[in-house]
Amino acid sequence: MSDFKQQVLALAARQEPPVWLQDVRARGAEYWSSLPWPNRRIEPWKYTPVSALEQQTFTDSKPVALSDWEDKLIPLDAYRLVFVNGIFAPQYSTELPAQVVRFADASAEQMTFIQTNLGRLASSAEHLFVAMNEATITDGVLLQVADNTRLDKPLYVVHLGAEVQPSLASARLLVHIGRSAQAEVIEHYLTRDAEQAGFLSSQSELILEENAHLYHYRLHLEDEKVTRVGGVFTELLRSSELRAFTLSKGAALLRNDYVIFHRGEGAHADLQGLYLPRNRQLVDYHTNVQHCVPHCTTNEVFRGIIGDSAKAVFNGRIHIHPDAQKTLAELSNKNLLTSNRAEIDTKPELEIYADDVRCAHGATVAQIDDEALYYLQTRGLNREQAHTILSFGFINELIEQVSNPLVAKYLLPQLATQFDLDEWYTSSAENALEKL
Amino acid sequence: MLSIDKLHVKVTDKDILKGFTMDVKGGEVHAIMGPNGAGKSTLGSVLAGREAFEVTSGSVTFQGEDLLALEVDERAHKGVFLAFQYPVEIPGVSNMEFLKVSVDAMRQHRGLPAYSSMDFLKLARATSAELELDPSFLKRGVNEGFSGGEKKRNEILQMKLLEPSLCVLDETDSGLDIDALQTVAAGVNAMRSPDRAFIIITHYQRLLDFIEPDFVHVLLDGKIVKTGDKQLAKDLETKGYGWLEEEVA
Repeated sequence: MSDFKQQVLALAARQEPPVWLQDVRARGAEYWSSLPWPNRRIEPWKYTPVSALEQQTFTDSKPVALSDWEDKLIPLDAYRLVFVNGIFAPQYSTELPAQVVRFADASAEQMTFIQTNLGRLASSAEHLFVAMNEATITDGVLLQVADNTRLDKPLYVVHLGAEVQPSLASARLLVHIGRSAQAEVIEHYLTRDAEQAGFLSSQSELILEENAHLYHYRLHLEDEKVTRVGGVFTELLRSSELRAFTLSKGAALLRNDYVIFHRGEGAHADLQGLYLPRNRQLVDYHTNVQHCVPHCTTNEVFRGIIGDSAKAVFNGRIHIHPDAQKTLAELSNKNLLTSNRAEIDTKPELEIYADDVRCAHGATVAQIDDEALYYLQTRGLNREQAHTILSFGFINELIEQVSNPLVAKYLLPQLATQFDLDEWYTSSAENALEKL
Repeated sequence: MLSIDKLHVKVTDKDILKGFTMDVKGGEVHAIMGPNGAGKSTLGSVLAGREAFEVTSGSVTFQGEDLLALEVDERAHKGVFLAFQYPVEIPGVSNMEFLKVSVDAMRQHRGLPAYSSMDFLKLARATSAELELDPSFLKRGVNEGFSGGEKKRNEILQMKLLEPSLCVLDETDSGLDIDALQTVAAGVNAMRSPDRAFIIITHYQRLLDFIEPDFVHVLLDGKIVKTGDKQLAKDLETKGYGWLEEEVA
């Protein structure tokens, strides 16, 4: 058994979890022990080395005293829960509405809901790191929005890495949007500084009842030493709609699985993602959209810019089951490599077992468009400036579509920093334009 | 200002310009007309510095300097501007940001201070209004989803803001309706000055009704075969290029 597996089991043995979660933990521990450790012969891990986990010794996470970090938060008027090193930090969190509860504070009814639904979409029998998450679960966040209501502010779940020694932690989110109900959920992952090198497995399950609407964000903006393996698993019932956005700046290992089950006719999923690894970072997105019933639509767009010796993996699977007639599914993945040492492994996978469907997929890997480069140079920009601005534009096209303007506004300067465009951004006329 | 001497240019092993010679002085407007494939757009691209074009012999001197030795952006800094026949769309980069960063780059090379964001914004809006380009175009991606006419007006907007000394307009009139044509022409005419010259590459005499040229050159098979005044453009409009081809042969 790999050393990392042992470390996780040892951690689980030291924890003092709530009794009602013990069945889930036992199930997780079992799969965690029996499922094979990732290697090149296991398809979902073929291009994603996990050596960053194998080489590290982790300690248990501990609460830490922090100062001056809150300016890193998105200035949202939101219900906020902050976890530091995986541990709930009430001092940074806001009052919670009745719809939101931590697992630790769950009522008997809520416990039953959690026990019934946790792991129903995110299967620990299939996903090794869901098993890890279950094996070490002690807490989590439950959001339940009642039929025909709307969560009046976004739910903002923040995971801050601030440990002194690399630690192991798991995070869990369970969302249940009732019939014709609506909510917005923002998951934000960050680190205090560049020294954090811990591991977090963050698994989210989103259940959308008939005609429910959910805006979901998962933003990985950590510094580059961390390791993260997580997933977002969604079930869409009749006429419900998921609008999801995700961003990964890049880290030692940053893997996310997005799994979407279309289980009610007329459901729609909109999934947009960006990844921007540099240096020797590794980002991996595996998406898997299951069209199980007719008349559902999926629009999936992922874009990446891979620089230096970084590596990105994108695997976009769309599976259309025999009953899923009239499916409309589009998948696009575009990549820019800005160095000849950068690597992208992109693979769209379409499996279609129904005959009356419309599906499109495309993956491109390109350098910057020469024509656009030339155009900008004729306007006085040097090659390097032109290159940078075109890269920024490539990414900004998706940021412009982010539905929450505060999130978009928060991300833009961060991306400008990523592209060394700080000066350009702060002096930009766009900012002035907004003030008018 | 500009002296082109016996210029020969190849594109992917095909000779396009074959001994092109022309002199342009400050304040002058030169129209270059000719049938498709004569080499009109190649001339614009060579002046701007496009990579795919290989100069095999001849010279281009711009304000006393060897223009061909300069990089694309250096030519822009020295005052060469090409209005593209097919302006490029750049989604994700707002027109406003693009204009600001271009003008900043130009002013920096001329030793002028950068505009403040607010000053530039006012200038850009006023200039857009002159060209009857709705200010909302400033917020959109560069040329993204613009109609043909809007793209051409956006080129002229850039030209006005960048204040070049040599303006090369590559078929700026193609695809414009009469109103847009007049707007573009008025924009050009307002920029005419003793220290600025224009080379207007066009298919149609129509534009020259609104921008009066000092010289009209006919480009056939990579060379200027005839030079005249605006009357020549009118003759071409009625007679076509056939008679000149015979004359040359």
